[in-house]
Amino acid sequence: MEHGSLEDSSASTFSIAEEDHTLANSVRFVLNQDPRVAFCGYSIPHPADNKVNIRVQTTGDPAKDVFKDALQDLIVMCQHVRGTFDNAVVDHRSNISAQQMDIDSNSQGCGTISKRLYQMLTSAPHSIDKTN
Amino acid sequence: MPKKGTKKGKSADDEPKEQNKLPEHLEVQRTRVVCKADAPTEGFQYAGAFAAMGIDNSVSVDKFCKNFKVMVNRLTEDDMEFDMIGIDASIANAFRRILIAEVPTMAIEKVLMVDNTSVIADEVLSHRLGLIPLDADPRLFEYISENDVPNERNTIVYKLHVSCKRGSPRLTVKSGDLEWLPEGSQLPLASPAQSGDKQKTYTSFGQSQKDIFEKPLGVKFKDITIARLGPGQAIELEVHAVKGVGKVHAKWSPVATAWYRMLPEVVFREEIRDDAAEKLVKKCPVNVFDIEDLGNGEKRAVVARPRACTLCRECVMGPTGEQVELRRVRDHFIFTIESTGALPPEVLFTEAVRNLEEKCERVISELS
Ligand code: SF4
Repeated sequence: MEHGSLEDSSASTFSIAEEDHTLANSVRFVLNQDPRVAFCGYSIPHPADNKVNIRVQTTGDPAKDVFKDALQDLIVMCQHVRGTFDNAVVDHRSNISAQQMDIDSNSQGCGTISKRLYQMLTSAPHSIDKTN
Repeated sequence: MPKKGTKKGKSADDEPKEQNKLPEHLEVQRTRVVCKADAPTEGFQYAGAFAAMGIDNSVSVDKFCKNFKVMVNRLTEDDMEFDMIGIDASIANAFRRILIAEVPTMAIEKVLMVDNTSVIADEVLSHRLGLIPLDADPRLFEYISENDVPNERNTIVYKLHVSCKRGSPRLTVKSGDLEWLPEGSQLPLASPAQSGDKQKTYTSFGQSQKDIFEKPLGVKFKDITIARLGPGQAIELEVHAVKGVGKVHAKWSPVATAWYRMLPEVVFREEIRDDAAEKLVKKCPVNVFDIEDLGNGEKRAVVARPRACTLCRECVMGPTGEQVELRRVRDHFIFTIESTGALPPEVLFTEAVRNLEEKCERVISELS
């Protein structure tokens, strides 16, 4: 639901039911990065009401459009996060399996350990003997 | 905030400005949270904070996509840790909040008690049953609303029938004793006034769940103690599990916990040598510092494992307080997810991100 004035479309409060800090704070962040936004903030009128009010004041553009753009930007950001995350998981899996093959093929030479294992050992907080 | 015209022209005229560098103390204020002995100090964050110096502190979508990075450090069946770099706390926190409260799972919601002669009260027993993680993929189920009839697409039914014989030792009832009923409830409804062809039960499954789901819908861990029975005591009940989210009840939360911390950074303002160095190394409870031997008996402290730092602030209190500075990197999050077992942690995170997208889509469609 949008509350604003009919003459001036550059300032509005959007009252969104069934939402909380999760959405409101993220949208607030995205709105605050937009140079068209003069002011933006959100509030939850009462903790027992399941709604949030987001205030958007712009330098002239209709607040509704700016708000919708921000939501659209947030969607694009989320899609990028999802893509990057999935790639990172695939990378991680392939690294691990490659290393396991390393270890298998080196099983006779007990002196060699895989690079990642070495990193893990040296970065573990308690693994370094203080005497050296 | 400077007016930069329309949004579309923005990224183009920003490029040359990126070359400008802030003086170091301002760069620290922009990108770090400095933790002093008494309290952390916040720097500046808002988009136009450094506009006067020709630095654009705003995060456009293009810039975000260019700088955002993820690195997985650990990934097991039910827990993972990864680094998320180049994202604002508000969005990282949104993911965390969604993981805890809004990614759905299946959990036991209704308990039909036939017999309970154990010492544990019906309510307490039901509550314990509710918290048992189930091995069912919530994405394959639908939500059930108040007036819906429980069917094979929105309900899972289990039966628990255990008794402890007279004269035998006490019996421990484990979650593994719950038996999945793929054909639905076996308890007849109390009011069969009409003479139907089939006795009505509490559910109306049109199809066996065995034919729909590839693997049996058991419990995730078979060794959770539900109750203990003395000789002569028995429990007989049937439970109905439905889909729900953590904000309604914590039993539906898919994570044991999900949290993040900002990457710690420990820097020396000046060199710490010899005895002071030894003392500093001893002081840190998680061994962040090491001693470097400079030869001819001289030693120096070095920061060896800043990631391990818990920000206990031990090293900035007392004599080394002036020489050590503790910081956290503002946009680098070490994110940890512990799943309760229904879905693997990497799937949970993807679901959480998708959930935020859906929220945005909902609001957009409501506004148009
Ligand atoms: S804050 Fe605590 S954990 Fe971190 S380096 Fe200092 S003493 Fe070690």
